[in-house]
Amino acid sequence: MTEISLNVLDVAENSTRANASLIRITVEADERKDHLTIMIEDNGCGMTAEQVARVTDPFFTSRTTRKVGLGVPFFKYAAESTGGSFVIQSEPGVGTIVKAVFVLSHIDRMPLGDINSTIHNLIVYHPDTDFLYRYCYNEHSFTLDTREFREILGGVPFDTPEVAEYIREYLNENKLETDGGAVY
Amino acid sequence: MKSLEELKAIREKMQGQVSLRGEDHDNTRVVVGMATCGIASGARPVLNTLATLVQEKGLTGKIAVTQTGCIGLCQYEPIVEVMEPGKTKVTYIKMNSEKAAEVVERHLVGGHIVEAYTLSGADIK
Repeated sequence: MTEISLNVLDVAENSTRANASLIRITVEADERKDHLTIMIEDNGCGMTAEQVARVTDPFFTSRTTRKVGLGVPFFKYAAESTGGSFVIQSEPGVGTIVKAVFVLSHIDRMPLGDINSTIHNLIVYHPDTDFLYRYCYNEHSFTLDTREFREILGGVPFDTPEVAEYIREYLNENKLETDGGAVY
Repeated sequence: MKSLEELKAIREKMQGQVSLRGEDHDNTRVVVGMATCGIASGARPVLNTLATLVQEKGLTGKIAVTQTGCIGLCQYEPIVEVMEPGKTKVTYIKMNSEKAAEVVERHLVGGHIVEAYTLSGADIK
């Protein structure tokens, strides 16, 4: 993985496969604390204590197409190698919370990358899942709530080209307004 | 901040239109592997290129671009599968944005498989 945003895409895919109806994604950059915090919270099927204990092991996976599961280990390693932290909590029937804290100024921190594409991809290619995305940069922030969009749209799906384009612009314009175009 | 009013305008415009999308079984499906293996090797720009070009060329009524999980051939990612009704599935391997644009032009528009990029065409025995 070359960008943190790709880790977010990958790990949030797990939430969709856990049949979550709502996935909350928070990206919070705080220069004062020198932290970049990523939270992915879902209300999917959750994991047993045994699965949680093994999910950061690259040689554990619940899938049958292959014998390794690298998504969560990659994310954990990326955060911890900056002196940050990684926590995963889960309960069967309740959901899963993944929290990764990166030290912003650490030389080994990957760039956040194209986070707007990650959120856009998740929304457009999982039209039946709701997303609550919150982006914070120092004291500024914006929120995208697909439940709000869905209510306005009536039955018009998110993968309609016009709607997909609107979501893309919503993310681009609001991120720019929030962080002033900061690249980090 | 971008207003939600624009979204209301889109709804009003779209609700008046009859869906142009054909029946699912008549549609060509273009599927991109988007598991850890795919994402790490560059599947996101491939998916975005395919989706954008299909939309720009006005093909959304007959071609659906979607994503899937691990296809099980991680070493050949990014993988794009093209499934046309009544035809054998075509598996393109080690894709990138440029190759994806060529597949749209030559295969999805022109109807000719780009053999050089396919799993069966690649020299990987």
